[in-house]
Amino acid sequence: MNNEEKGMSLIVKTVTRWLKGFIFLFGAYIVVFGHLSPGGGFPGGVVFAATFILITLAFGREYALKKIGKILASELDSLGALLFLIIATLGIYFTGIFFSNFIEKFHPTGNFKLFSSGTIPLCNISIGIKVGASLFMIFIILSIVRVVFEDGKGKLITTEKKREK
Amino acid sequence: MIEIIIGILLTFMIIGSIICLETKDLLSAIIAIVPVGYFSGIIFLLLGAPDIAITQMVVEVLSLIILIRATIRRDLTTIEEERDFFGLITTFAFIFVFFIFAMEALRYLPPFGSPAFTLNQNAPSNRYLLNGLKETGAANIVNSVILDYRGYDTLGEATILFTSILGALAILRVYARKRKKNE
Repeated sequence: MNNEEKGMSLIVKTVTRWLKGFIFLFGAYIVVFGHLSPGGGFPGGVVFAATFILITLAFGREYALKKIGKILASELDSLGALLFLIIATLGIYFTGIFFSNFIEKFHPTGNFKLFSSGTIPLCNISIGIKVGASLFMIFIILSIVRVVFEDGKGKLITTEKKREK
Repeated sequence: MIEIIIGILLTFMIIGSIICLETKDLLSAIIAIVPVGYFSGIIFLLLGAPDIAITQMVVEVLSLIILIRATIRRDLTTIEEERDFFGLITTFAFIFVFFIFAMEALRYLPPFGSPAFTLNQNAPSNRYLLNGLKETGAANIVNSVILDYRGYDTLGEATILFTSILGALAILRVYARKRKKNE
């Protein structure tokens, strides 16, 4: 039980240390190139969350929470949602239509370029941030809290250390 | 050929669902439900929908980890109660009614392999496919639909996710917030 708090074995830790950057990079690729290749904000965000869940499983909860805390995760969650809403609302300001694509849509040298299609990449990035942070938060919440049965009654306890004050 | 592969995969999915329903052990149930998610991802890939296939695969992995690690921890939970007879009857009645309506609706679908939008030339999907690249500049038509043409849907989806996180945080909070002392 004490062993589980510190994470898995050395092999898993080493492989995780090497792979986590590449997995995060893959998620970033899926998000940023979402308007050109299969993918988009949602799957990329899930890959982001999977990176942090991998770190949590391999190194233990305390290590991962030191990297990205619960408060930072909830802030990123709100930030992504707000960014998406702001991009949608800026359409009203520029063209008068909610959710209109107000940035220049075409790259001068042709299609299939990274900087094209207006607001779609920005929306993808905001959704990626939002989904990644919120799914990581779900995992953290569900792994911190557990139900313990005492005298036939279910009781919700936390395995998190109680905060000072 | 592709129909046969999809048929085999669907058979495995049905077998997995039945095992998941009938087993008493929660961990075995979660492991038995895995083929449903993975094989539906493979089916999406075979039918030419890589966007949905990627999402399905990734979400399946994540939900599996969350289910195994977070809900079933050290103690194995088993189900010993008998199944509710009235609930079973209601379920079968609903499945029967749904089956009748589905058979009626499936007669109007085009045959397998021909896209559904070919039936109606004025369907919105025709416009998306023909003018999507011209109007939005996004090479991935799926992304141009979900973030440009149908942005409201994505906004609603983001709102649902946000609200569900809020609800999970509020329900699973263990320590109650302390009231102010002067109250």
